[in-house]
Amino acid sequence: MTHIFKQNEMYFVLDVESGAVHMVDELAANAINAVEKFGKNARDMLAVAFDYSDEEIGEILAEIEELRARGELFTPEQPEVLAGESGEIKAMCLHVAHDCNLRCSYCFAETGEYHGGRALMSPEVGKAALDFLVAHSGKRKHLEVDFFGGEPLMNFGVVKELVAYGRKLEQEHNKLFRFTLTTNGVAVDDEFIEFANKELYNVVISIDGRKEVHDKLRVTPNGKGSFDLIFPKVKKLAFARQERGLDYYVRGTFTRNNLDFSKDVEFLANEGFEQISLEPVVLEPGDPLSIRVEDLTQVFKEYDRLVGMLYSRRKTGQWFNFFHFMLDLENGPCLAKRMTGCGAGSEYCAVSPQGDIYPCHQFVGKPEWKMGSVITGEYDRAMQKCFRECTVASKPACRECWAKYYCSGGCAANAQNLNGDIHKPYELACAMEKKRLECAIALYALERQDREEEAAAASGPAHS
Amino acid sequence: MKHIKTIQTACLKAQGYGCGECQASCQSACKTSCTVANQKCQKKA
Repeated sequence: MTHIFKQNEMYFVLDVESGAVHMVDELAANAINAVEKFGKNARDMLAVAFDYSDEEIGEILAEIEELRARGELFTPEQPEVLAGESGEIKAMCLHVAHDCNLRCSYCFAETGEYHGGRALMSPEVGKAALDFLVAHSGKRKHLEVDFFGGEPLMNFGVVKELVAYGRKLEQEHNKLFRFTLTTNGVAVDDEFIEFANKELYNVVISIDGRKEVHDKLRVTPNGKGSFDLIFPKVKKLAFARQERGLDYYVRGTFTRNNLDFSKDVEFLANEGFEQISLEPVVLEPGDPLSIRVEDLTQVFKEYDRLVGMLYSRRKTGQWFNFFHFMLDLENGPCLAKRMTGCGAGSEYCAVSPQGDIYPCHQFVGKPEWKMGSVITGEYDRAMQKCFRECTVASKPACRECWAKYYCSGGCAANAQNLNGDIHKPYELACAMEKKRLECAIALYALERQDREEEAAAASGPAHS
Repeated sequence: MKHIKTIQTACLKAQGYGCGECQASCQSACKTSCTVANQKCQKKA
């Protein structure tokens, strides 16, 4: 299978099953399409439909056959590979606070309650969760724990206690914990910044962009916009990490309210943030904030604008990173990971304040998705198997899709929430993901071209 | 080649279960969408 597309006035061909990417001219794009569709009749088809000369057609067909022989075009489908040998768990989303100091309109967690009332995780439950993770991690050395909520800093004392406990477990079991925390910024202070810089592998900070956009949906319990409350703190935290080369993301959500979301990315970049993520909201189709099919043209234009923005800024030394255009074609994940995706329900789980286990944070509080308990040690291996076997090879829509090894089948929770089946990906999210991938490949190609030109210029003219 | 420039050679090969040491994608910065190809292989990081 190939995917042929035009982005930034360039034609690209992705050979889906090998991961090879080619930049081609229009003749090659048409010829590759013709060979894939018409096989041996491609020559006649190209002569009739495009009026190419015999010489041109012969030339391009020879190049196509060379790529095929190299295993970089029309590669056959890969065999299905599952991640992990025997159902190990390596990552955990720890819901230390089902409570929040904001009341954001689009919150999938029902402003922190997760269908079950406000609650904070006790140190005992948290420690049992870390013990559970270690006990189920098999030979994996790197373990990940994300302190999540609600707002995890409403239970900062327990976060600190659990990190200390995790460090002890590391020694005892030869493991390495990567702790991350997702915060809305309200309770960020100097003590937290110091702690984060010492202990946290990554910090994800929620901010939607421009003040007027952020304030519309991210409000305090008394209904006031939270931008002014959080912005100085967010900057202080982010810049402290930036200076030290530590990971962080400012992460926002765009909705129907701000379909011009590239301006929010631009705003954040102008304010000096270098690690930016902005995601489409996921809500029921009837919700006034939800992105709809008719919005896609505008959304795609915004992604196009972002390609131009990233390219021109990076070229002039104003570097920043947009999470959804990150694509390391060369050093990306292995096929097993690309087939199985985020690992929800298999390698990854979420734990509620009461110690109940769910496939991921988005399933928390839904009784039918409860997988067990870190207190009793129960764990539903049958449900884990179901998630583990939910790969791009087992989902009919994904198997036929060119983007399958990049999105890895999409979000299982979105599939369940919007299509009632973890095996049926949410089409609107797929459409946006595919556009982002095309943009990411084009950006990669543009920057690679520049690097090659710079290298050629640096090596100077050839001597005769 | 005159009409085709390869910017990435073939890089997907079935090689067992994978070591699993890489970051879980949802722990990075998404939480509502799934983007896996932007994750680095731990062995190559």
